[in-house]
Amino acid sequence: MTTTAPIISVTGGDDPGPTSLAGSRRPGEMVVMLLLRVAAFVSVAVTVGIVIALVGPALNFFQQVPVSDFLFGTTWRPNFAPTEYGALPLVAGTLMTTLVGMIVAIPFGLGAAMYLSEYASPRVRRVLKPVLELLAGIPSVVYGFFALQFITPTLLRAWLGVEVGFTNALAAGIVLGVMIIPTIASLSEDAMSAVPDALRQGSLAMGANRMQTTLRVVFPAAISGIAAAIVLGISRGVGETMIVALAAGSQPNLSPDVREGMQTMTGYIANTAGGENIVGSVSYNTLFAVGLLLFMITLVINMISIVLVRRIREVY
Amino acid sequence: MGPNTATTAKPGSVDDQSVDAPLLEPQVDNQRDLPPEPSGVMECEDLNVYYGDFHAVHDVNLIFGRHEITALIGPSGCGKTTVLRCLNRMNDLVAGARVAGRVAYHGADIYDSKVDAIEVRRRIGMVFQKPNPFPKSIYDNVAYGPRVIGMEVDDLDSHVEGALRDAALWDEVKDKLKQSAFGLSGGQQQRLCIARTIATKPDVILMDEPCSSLDPIATSHIEDLMVDLREQYTIIIVTHNMQQAARVSDRTAFFTARPDETTGNRTGLLVEFDQTKTIFSNPSDRRTEAYISGRFG
Amino acid sequence: MAATVVAPQVLSTSKRGHDSSAGSLLFLAALWLSLAMAIVFLMTLVVTTAVDGAGRFDSALITEYGSKLTPDTTGLRAALLGTLWLMVTTALLAIPIGIAAAVYLEEFADNTRWYNRLVELNLQNLAAIPSVIYGMLAVGIVALVGIQRTGIILVGAVALGLLILPVIIITTREAVRAVPREIREGSLALGATPLQTTWRQVLPSAIPGIATGTIIALSRAIGEAAPLLIVGVAVTVRFDPTGIMSAFTAMPIQIFNWTSESREEFKVAAAAAIIVLLGMVLLLNGLAIFIRNKFQRRW
Repeated sequence: MTTTAPIISVTGGDDPGPTSLAGSRRPGEMVVMLLLRVAAFVSVAVTVGIVIALVGPALNFFQQVPVSDFLFGTTWRPNFAPTEYGALPLVAGTLMTTLVGMIVAIPFGLGAAMYLSEYASPRVRRVLKPVLELLAGIPSVVYGFFALQFITPTLLRAWLGVEVGFTNALAAGIVLGVMIIPTIASLSEDAMSAVPDALRQGSLAMGANRMQTTLRVVFPAAISGIAAAIVLGISRGVGETMIVALAAGSQPNLSPDVREGMQTMTGYIANTAGGENIVGSVSYNTLFAVGLLLFMITLVINMISIVLVRRIREVY
Repeated sequence: MGPNTATTAKPGSVDDQSVDAPLLEPQVDNQRDLPPEPSGVMECEDLNVYYGDFHAVHDVNLIFGRHEITALIGPSGCGKTTVLRCLNRMNDLVAGARVAGRVAYHGADIYDSKVDAIEVRRRIGMVFQKPNPFPKSIYDNVAYGPRVIGMEVDDLDSHVEGALRDAALWDEVKDKLKQSAFGLSGGQQQRLCIARTIATKPDVILMDEPCSSLDPIATSHIEDLMVDLREQYTIIIVTHNMQQAARVSDRTAFFTARPDETTGNRTGLLVEFDQTKTIFSNPSDRRTEAYISGRFG
Repeated sequence: MAATVVAPQVLSTSKRGHDSSAGSLLFLAALWLSLAMAIVFLMTLVVTTAVDGAGRFDSALITEYGSKLTPDTTGLRAALLGTLWLMVTTALLAIPIGIAAAVYLEEFADNTRWYNRLVELNLQNLAAIPSVIYGMLAVGIVALVGIQRTGIILVGAVALGLLILPVIIITTREAVRAVPREIREGSLALGATPLQTTWRQVLPSAIPGIATGTIIALSRAIGEAAPLLIVGVAVTVRFDPTGIMSAFTAMPIQIFNWTSESREEFKVAAAAAIIVLLGMVLLLNGLAIFIRNKFQRRW
């Protein structure tokens, strides 16, 4: 081996030995690491902040109104004497609009998901998924306007001949459902796409057709992911504000008739808020008490969804 | 080596047609006289590696000689790559990895709590199995190392040129230094990765199967380069290819895997370590002989 | 099962086998209908709204302030400027924190530690909390700090910034995770510190993904009315915002107000404003898709 020494060369290599491997402290990097860590814990601070922000005024509220009256009372009349603070009508309003929403969103969302996951070619999927995303991107105030201007007067009254009020839970729920379709479709499609192809091929090899494979093999295998998608959809329905504030009405109502106007928890918050509430006033505290109830309900729903998602991760 | 060794003294000597085809029989190509015992730059003493509960490598003792090429060979799963990655603490990046025993670099244990892994990697560079150029220009790939470690370089341009010349790549890329490294062929990318490593002036270069994703011609370029680089660097190479070990290395360590009776997990261990010509001509262990002659592995 | 009654000789007559049975076709039609319904809904929404607002696509819509007295010429000037200020402030607040948090969680956090797992769980939950709640949080923070007026750009931006923070963190983590391990190892093996590796290799490679996710998050924030309503954003603003402590109104709030008015002229103005807002949302989404297709690297 005859190697001529390179003319221009990085004459490293012949390092006589380590001067020190101990390394410098790099104080700048330690500061940056600390900042990164702080940023990550901002998200925890947000949750803690939400709880503190809600619990403080809510506690003041519950010093005046017993918790049991709030949770089980059937009359919500915070603005007129004699005031009553039974939140059940608001909860019922939320329940009814969400129920209508899910009746719309679950079949259409799952249908879209099954088509995209089991039938659509990659090219079709590339075109249709952005359309669904667009549906998710429409501001909710726009949906609310549409419910008020088109769904109630044109679709429900003129075309379907349903006797509905100017504001009603039905129109709000239908639009709410359409808004939730992308959530359910996208998460369910993820869950169904994650089902191993071996299961599908096994089913097809036994002579089952695509419909049978989709309904009897893929759907059951993806069920916990689909359930998580639906639960998350429910959470969005419960928390949606602008659609119900515009289209569901502002009268607390315990009736199960969705053709009537109903106020939801979020609807009450949106209609009452507006900066005119002085900090510490009863109406301000009431707002936060309802907010706390809403937060607790969605927290429980979200946790159910998260647990369901974890379960699919364990399966595959 | 043949006349195809590309050094700056012989510009344009990279000639694909004169490249030796890989040999079919292991043939020891190194006629260097070596001291019987390597003068150690690095040393492993009772090295054990665990991934969680899995005992990956058992009691390895090795000395890596200065300005020598040491090859680590053995069947898949024998822990040779694991040992290599311990030598510059790349295993620190694997969650759950734990190293017991001692890895000494110039007598200092690199796993000592006072030692900074980053300082270790600045002295002990690594070239990976798959060429992994950065998504940057060819120039920036080579300049990256000196920049991040804050090397005092008089003229970065000539420093980059020197590294590319040492890696026998300069003539091929000198007109497109600002182009993306992803435009190079696999073999050129791997030489770029070697240039990138040289540019930080390491003491030791670790190579993890550097030719496994390359075609025979690119492989022989890299092998020639390794032999050239031996003049300045201590090189430790993991290879699947026995011919390669025979062609380029001065000393060879043969590893094998031993299955655990209860769990069935395979733990890697060192079988034999000697001069390459001895390992390939007169191995003292039957397992080595079986592997070399192709009866096993 | 239909399959059991199909005689062997039938196989050759039908190319698609028994996928063409009546039930199967009906099923496929139902699936098609689901997607078609979504598309028809989207088109109906855009078309009817555009028709409703047709009378107001004039320059006054852009140049005039909102007015209760002159509904024919009520305009979006304050709302457009307010939204612009609000979005820039929101982005400045949320993007640095979101990227920093994502980088920490993806590159440095030890996921076996309970507190890092808590952060993880917490993020998933935050992403699904109703947006009104973020308005209440902003009000709470403001009360704590002692700012008197709440309907200012800074407070609105805090609410929206915290609202989109989880989305930014989640999408940034995905973009960072997509950068191959080999790039990181190559950098570290040269003696770069983990932070140098992140800053010089991982983040530049992840930028298209981060940009796409961030822009989509902002396009959600631009249409959010609920938190701003809670914060107490003013209804009628007849001046341009001058800074982050300035009172303001925003597009979705203006639409909400005009929709709630009973006079027909305001409904028309609301419809026209919706088309403007949808245009902004579409523009942002288009930009995100453009970046995704043009710059996203496939490893």
